[in-house]
Amino acid sequence: MTATDYAAACLFILGGIFFFAGTAGLLRFPDVYTRLHALTKADNVGLGLIVAGLVLQAESWLVAGKLLLIWLLVLFAGACVAHLVARRALRKGIRIWTE
Amino acid sequence: MDGIIFLQWAFDAVLGLGLLWLAWRALNSSDLFKAIVLFIAFGLLMALAWVRLNASDVALAEAAIGAGLTGALLLAALARLETMTDQNVSGVSAHPAHPPSPTPAGSRFSRGLLILLLSASTAGMGYAVWSLPSYSTGLSMDVAAHLDSSGVSNPVTAVLLNFRSYDTLLEMIVLLLAVLGVWSLDGLPPQPEKPPATVLETLSRFLTPVFILVAAYLLWVGADAPGGAFQAGSVLGATGVLLLLSGWRPRARLMQWPLRLALTTGAGAFILLGLLTLLLEKQLLAYPVAQAGRMILLLESLATVSIAATLAILFLSVSSGHKMKTGKEEKE
Repeated sequence: MTATDYAAACLFILGGIFFFAGTAGLLRFPDVYTRLHALTKADNVGLGLIVAGLVLQAESWLVAGKLLLIWLLVLFAGACVAHLVARRALRKGIRIWTE
Repeated sequence: MDGIIFLQWAFDAVLGLGLLWLAWRALNSSDLFKAIVLFIAFGLLMALAWVRLNASDVALAEAAIGAGLTGALLLAALARLETMTDQNVSGVSAHPAHPPSPTPAGSRFSRGLLILLLSASTAGMGYAVWSLPSYSTGLSMDVAAHLDSSGVSNPVTAVLLNFRSYDTLLEMIVLLLAVLGVWSLDGLPPQPEKPPATVLETLSRFLTPVFILVAAYLLWVGADAPGGAFQAGSVLGATGVLLLLSGWRPRARLMQWPLRLALTTGAGAFILLGLLTLLLEKQLLAYPVAQAGRMILLLESLATVSIAATLAILFLSVSSGHKMKTGKEEKE
């Protein structure tokens, strides 16, 4: 394994931690808003770290560009969908959790 | 390397067990909304399973059609069911709360007939699997041997659009029949356009060109790599669903003959080309080798348009007569 591979492995592990934390939050957090927060963290940062690791190992710039594009699209869709879910929940009258 | 093999094995085992578990939960769930969400999750895991089996073509189709569009259709049908039965989400359940009234003789007869037919078809499929030769090399050698004359280098596309293109012809007709079936139930009532909210508008305006680009890429790349008409068509169809969900509606003018043309162009092109090849080459859909690549691209392009139009229109027809996003909650 080269230095790049080690760096990529570190990024994968970090990304995995974010996904794990996001999943735990999705299961354990008290209301829809906090769960959305956990979920989007996993999607944005976790996927970002994993894509960064894959970009390090990518064979060509084209592949790296495609991977980054996937991440950007997920960022965009994730942000929009989280907003839509949260807005719907607010309109439906679901209270924001306070202690 | 042993560690890697073990990890792959463990991943496959978790995937397989997860699929069985999701399938059981989806079938067993008394809340239909939950069942649909489980079904969508099942479709996504199934796509992963196809990737593990090195069948990326099927994986793409499963993720786009099996999980995405079928999920959207089921959700739209559920929303419509709710307005029809005038109950809220938890009210629509697979298991009715009240004990069913004694079934009349006709319904009992049809239920018995249903069980009989299902048992017969299950037995037939079981027999088909049972009678398979225990060892077979399959047809992949034959496909590889004739790949050069097919006009494409992706064996899946070669089979679907050349060697067995009448399968795809029949699939196009099945899609057309699906739209006819839905329309014969309810037609296509006019729908008022609802200007989308800011975020949805930005989302749909930004994603639509990207989706069109992806669909064109999938269509083009299908000749050499996983992709093709069904994948491209389902991505385009999903674009249509996104636009419809956001509140956009096609112009009334487009809903007349342009829509019908789009719906039938795939099957129509197949039938025309089939007749032509029958006349000229004396065989159904046997393309001349020199033109095969171009003909496949033409057929796939037209099929993409038809598949996309079919999927989007199915969604519009199923969700029509119901206020898409607001109806559910405002009642509660």
